[in-house]
Amino acid sequence: MDPPRRAPRTVIDPVPKFRQVGFFAPPDRSQSGPIAADTSASLSPVMIPPPRHLSDNLILHARPSNSPRRGPESITVGGSNSDAPVSPAPSSSYSSRFVVGGDRGFFDGKGKDNGKVVASSFPRGGFDLTALKGNAAASGSSIVVPASQLTTVSVVNDSLGIPEKEKTNKGGGSAGEMKDQSSSKQQKPKPTKAERRALQEAQRAAKAAAKGEGNKASGTATSVNAKQAKAVKPAQKADTASVAATEKKGGDFPPEKDRKKDAPQPRLQYDDKSRVEKAKRRSVVKQTESRNRVELFRHLPQYEHGSQLPDLEAKFFDLYPVHPAVYKVGLQYISGDISGGNDRCIAMLQAFQEAIKDYKVPPEKSLGRDLTAKIGSYVSFLNECRPLSISMGNAIRFLKSQIAKLPLTLSESEAKISLDSDIERFISEKIILANKVIVKHAVTKIRDGDVLLTYGSSLAVEMIFLHAHELGKQFRVVIVDSRPKLRGQQLLRRLVEKGLNCTYTHINAVSYVMHEVSRVFLGAESILSNGTVYSRVGTASVAMVAHASRVPVIVCCEAYKFHERVQLDSICSNELGDPDVISNVKGRVDVNHLDGWADIENLQLLNLIYDAMPSDYVSMIVTDYGMVPPTSVPVIVREYGRE
Amino acid sequence: MESEAPTMENNPKISAYYQTRLAHFGVVSTEWLAQAQSATNPLPSSSTDSDTDKDTNFSVIDEFNRWRSHPDLAEAVAAIRALAAVISSSKASTMMQLEIELKNASDTLKAWDTTSISLTAASDLFMRYVTRTSALEFEEFNSAKSRLIERADKFGEISYKARKIIAMLSQDFIFDGCTILVHGFSRVVFEVLKLAAHNKKRFRVFCTEGRPDRTGLRLSHELAKLDVPVKLVIDSAVAYTMDEVDMVIVGADGVVESGGIINMMGTYQIALVAKSMNKPVYVAAESYKFARHYLLDQKDLVPAIRPVDFGVPIPLKVDVECSARDYTPPQYLTLLFTDLGVLTPSVVSDELIQLYL
Repeated sequence: MDPPRRAPRTVIDPVPKFRQVGFFAPPDRSQSGPIAADTSASLSPVMIPPPRHLSDNLILHARPSNSPRRGPESITVGGSNSDAPVSPAPSSSYSSRFVVGGDRGFFDGKGKDNGKVVASSFPRGGFDLTALKGNAAASGSSIVVPASQLTTVSVVNDSLGIPEKEKTNKGGGSAGEMKDQSSSKQQKPKPTKAERRALQEAQRAAKAAAKGEGNKASGTATSVNAKQAKAVKPAQKADTASVAATEKKGGDFPPEKDRKKDAPQPRLQYDDKSRVEKAKRRSVVKQTESRNRVELFRHLPQYEHGSQLPDLEAKFFDLYPVHPAVYKVGLQYISGDISGGNDRCIAMLQAFQEAIKDYKVPPEKSLGRDLTAKIGSYVSFLNECRPLSISMGNAIRFLKSQIAKLPLTLSESEAKISLDSDIERFISEKIILANKVIVKHAVTKIRDGDVLLTYGSSLAVEMIFLHAHELGKQFRVVIVDSRPKLRGQQLLRRLVEKGLNCTYTHINAVSYVMHEVSRVFLGAESILSNGTVYSRVGTASVAMVAHASRVPVIVCCEAYKFHERVQLDSICSNELGDPDVISNVKGRVDVNHLDGWADIENLQLLNLIYDAMPSDYVSMIVTDYGMVPPTSVPVIVREYGRE
Repeated sequence: MESEAPTMENNPKISAYYQTRLAHFGVVSTEWLAQAQSATNPLPSSSTDSDTDKDTNFSVIDEFNRWRSHPDLAEAVAAIRALAAVISSSKASTMMQLEIELKNASDTLKAWDTTSISLTAASDLFMRYVTRTSALEFEEFNSAKSRLIERADKFGEISYKARKIIAMLSQDFIFDGCTILVHGFSRVVFEVLKLAAHNKKRFRVFCTEGRPDRTGLRLSHELAKLDVPVKLVIDSAVAYTMDEVDMVIVGADGVVESGGIINMMGTYQIALVAKSMNKPVYVAAESYKFARHYLLDQKDLVPAIRPVDFGVPIPLKVDVECSARDYTPPQYLTLLFTDLGVLTPSVVSDELIQLYL
């Protein structure tokens, strides 16, 4: 659909490509087409949304071009942001680089900023990232890559001289040439790190020389850079792919300020500017990207929390495309009122039940297709509010398959009733009843005199402890908790009310406490096909310490949360939370050392939500199918899928 | 107490140091050989007493015992045969009634010996087969009943055949000139070695003594009859001889869902030593021994108590560890030889899920 698609693709830096979990070969600068194809083809684990219209980017880019900020470039990989301290050492630069102004200059110089975005990304590789950072700073540097990937690239190619210095860097680093060569540069194969550093330096110089270069191109480059940067900079946190298990790419959250530096959509690799832009255009929720984003996690979305909530609340009653129940659930997600895999899934399903009840088939349309499309749009909305969790993704898949399986002979009301009961059955069987079965199996593993440890607050684990207590078993519980959420405190309160002996500690003491523990019970957000357990950040650490002390680790997870995906680390797919909660300690106003962290260039705060635990640490998984070893997860996924 | 031991006679070059030790601590019973030969204990675990309710006209336990006395029959198969007998002598007229009767009989059997894993596993398997069959069949009752009996009888054959299949599959793993370490007297493992000897393979066997059952003595006796070079090693000498060993083959009382096995006491030790010296550990077990238990550590196992006879009265304040079996986790096992094929330990759960879901 987008003629520009070709162009932007070319611009996409190879680096971002490999950041997108394995589907793409680093695209050739010159080939936007194949790249586009790649990216679109590899949707599934990586969830790359369809490329945006180049025009979007153009507009976006064009606008900011005059402003000093980098703007949309977002992530041209490192190098481009001339203003950004494109330092040879990618590591340091990223966060600090706020694009402010630097990239802009880029744009101005070129005229067509958009193009730059694309180009810059490629050559940069590592540099771009840093460069972008600077540029991206303005846009919250949420998206390192996006700029480059997006269609804007094509534009950039044509137009630019690639303001992004990155581009030129690739070429050979002269700022002046950058513009012209940007397009050609993009085609170049990624330079080595040293080369990139050199480029970065040159870019920086060029940037200084040509202020206001557009940041754009760097978008993709940044992602690429990010990758390289990652390797280079130990400081960089690993990127977490935002491959939230959900299938929905959801809409992008267009940053208010810099489209280019768009926060990536879940699934969408946010360093891919064009896509991000596209998603942003379509989105309902307008999120602002955070500032000071960590390079390694550029491919994940990060927005400033709560900023759009009042705005959305105001729009509650005039939101036509989204059903009010769904809208309400979305707002609850944004504000954090509902959190936790099961709760979110149940809330979403109940909202869908309402929506289906009120649904009327438009004339001349088939129920199946139209309803599926509608559900799709709701899911996009929810995704914009907060990236979908794996449990939600599986539930949506179930719902869609049920819609697809509706016999055509059913009348509209019958179909609605059938769907309603399907959802009801899903909730009661797969969630509520499953938890009961899990409890029944797991209490057999608790003996008198045991000391049981748990982390955070998991519903299944809480039910197990309470049931074992009711059965009269004598044991005590150690609850390990961690900032910023401190969810263990709620669990502690509930257990103490029922009379259990509890000990409460923070995660920094877990290795101290572990020697007296006999069993560890953990909950999970999802379990992947290679036995990797995906759960709240900190769980993997607890399991590792338990494994080292030879304490059996028991993971309790309902079977509907299993996923056939495979993940090797916590970087490629994750979720980023609000970094401000790290800098503020509730109730301790004297701890204000991190106030104003966003203004400090070298400082980035990272608030990861999930982490991935390798299967070696897990002794046993308790599901509603019984107690299985971690190697049997794909078997259950297979059997489960057959139902 | 006489300190002479057959070993001394067999090895006159015994060092003086050990002679002295024998004189001091010589508690070797003079009847050890007789004991070994007469040790025909099929169950490593002693059966718990049960005043289980016997069926009024028909006693499952008696039937079970009758079948058990068959030397070649595995305990699980005996249980199945007993349950088949329950069906044939049952006076039920509907499938539901029959199922209930079977369930009671199966519970009785399980209660009779709570520690036997293969018994539990086999009964569960049979019950599962029965319920599945009854769900599928809508024919009249008598034909369904006869089909069940026929199936139960076949089960016995299957078990017997299972051993043959396992023996056949494991032949590839025994190469000429290899040294095999065996622990416990498993009829399946014996079948494996018998077939290998029959196929004229050249190998030698190290038998652990297997206290307190002294199973090693029995096994070595049997193997010597087949002209297989056998060497008896005491349990403590396993690590010492592990260097010369090429592989370890053991049987199993039960295979649990994690992929680990429950076997005679000492198996875990041997597996640990073998793993640390990179020697493969092979388990020969029929598929009906797969049980739905999941063990996390040794204490999860229901202890099977076997009185240990030290030959002398035990001093008053001394406690004795009487457990007769242990659990070997799956990471120490290399392969399982079963009638379903040669499997890795992680396949056990796969099979169980498919069977029970």
